[in-house]
Amino acid sequence: MMNIQIKKFYYGDIPDSSPSSSNDVRSTENPWPLWEIFIRSKQGLDHKHAGSLHAADAQMAIENARDVYTRRQEGLSIWAVESKFIHASNPDDAEMFYEPSTDKVYRHPTFYDLPDEVKHM
Amino acid sequence: MSLHDLEKLFQEKIDKEIKIEPKDWMPDAYRKTNLRQISQHAHSEIVGMLPEGNWISRAPSLKRKAILIAKVQDEAGHGLYLYSAAETLGTSREQMIDDLHSGKAKYSSIFNYPTLTWADMGAVGWLVDGAAILNQVMLCRTSYGPYARAMVRICKEESFHQRQGFETLLVLSKGTDEQKAMCQDAINRWWWPSLMMFGPKDSESTNSDQSIKWKIKRKTNDELRQQFVDMIVEQVKLLGMTLPDPELKWNEDRKHYDFGEINWDEFWNVVKGNGPCNKQRLEARKKAHEEGEWVRAAALAFAEKRKNKLNTKAA
Ligand SMILES: [Fe+2]
Ligand SMILES: [Fe+2]
Repeated sequence: MMNIQIKKFYYGDIPDSSPSSSNDVRSTENPWPLWEIFIRSKQGLDHKHAGSLHAADAQMAIENARDVYTRRQEGLSIWAVESKFIHASNPDDAEMFYEPSTDKVYRHPTFYDLPDEVKHM
Repeated sequence: MSLHDLEKLFQEKIDKEIKIEPKDWMPDAYRKTNLRQISQHAHSEIVGMLPEGNWISRAPSLKRKAILIAKVQDEAGHGLYLYSAAETLGTSREQMIDDLHSGKAKYSSIFNYPTLTWADMGAVGWLVDGAAILNQVMLCRTSYGPYARAMVRICKEESFHQRQGFETLLVLSKGTDEQKAMCQDAINRWWWPSLMMFGPKDSESTNSDQSIKWKIKRKTNDELRQQFVDMIVEQVKLLGMTLPDPELKWNEDRKHYDFGEINWDEFWNVVKGNGPCNKQRLEARKKAHEEGEWVRAAALAFAEKRKNKLNTKAA
């Protein structure tokens, strides 16, 4: 008997099929730049990265961010930064970058042994 | 480091539940699988706006209309979160949209079914969003960081979708005989396609599953589907309605409900593009994109103009 194997896919993971050439459209448009959105959820808290979006300029980025990321009072203040201006550390350097601090235990308060009689410290 | 070592290190991170972030090294297949899945998920959110958008102008009251608009707007947002997550893997928005329009990229087949009556808005919220939520709750713990974060945000918004759907049906279920019949009819039509949303049976493949190993997925299709059946069978009782499956029965040994066989021919047929609305959905998306082209171009031109104005002022 032939062993039939059907390829399984998960919900939301259907294999791509080859494009039908008849309606194969290729956009030639000039895309809007990508922006990173930071939101302050509450007065007194830092702005936190919420996600990104495309917009023609900063004003539109902020307006779209309001519609997309603060539909349920998630924020009081929005920062938009064009993604290309974000410089990131290299994940491959993580060890060299952050490891040296692990051997500097004296940076932590628990390093210091004080008598129990010392209060409020 | 050799490819073998990199792959080993990668798997160790996954096993230790360390999330993978965009700039981290990842196997090509991991990138491709995520890209396909996330973009497909994004397309599903966007195409998913169409069946419900169909009823915005015909909602039975202003309250229902406001709710439906809010829900459809949420789905647009979900599409955007997901497109953004996919873009972190190195594709562009334009590419993804082109792939959707050319038929290369897929979206969930459920949206190729028509929404024929107002009760369908209830059934879609309750069953379709309900099925999607089970998948999305699982994906909140997926191994790719940007995907997981998008899912957390989406899940927060989804719970209202399912609740409003159930409530819509609840109101109908207490209405006139005609409303009751409409409610039952919508459930009858959406039940089986909702079960199909979870994909083929686990037993239909002997492939060892890479998605589970990479923790992109954490539950199998059958596990999620069973979870869904067990949940809905209880909920439908509160509506005083029935599910169109005579084989539904509590199985004391398994501690789960048994259910009948899905019509897999129908399933594959819709996946292949021959569902009731496949053509219509794609055409609607293409039309929206084409008709929006001048708006996008105008916004860019306006931004340019505004920038120049600012520059002359500053000079
Ligand atoms: Fe959604
Ligand atoms: Fe939803």
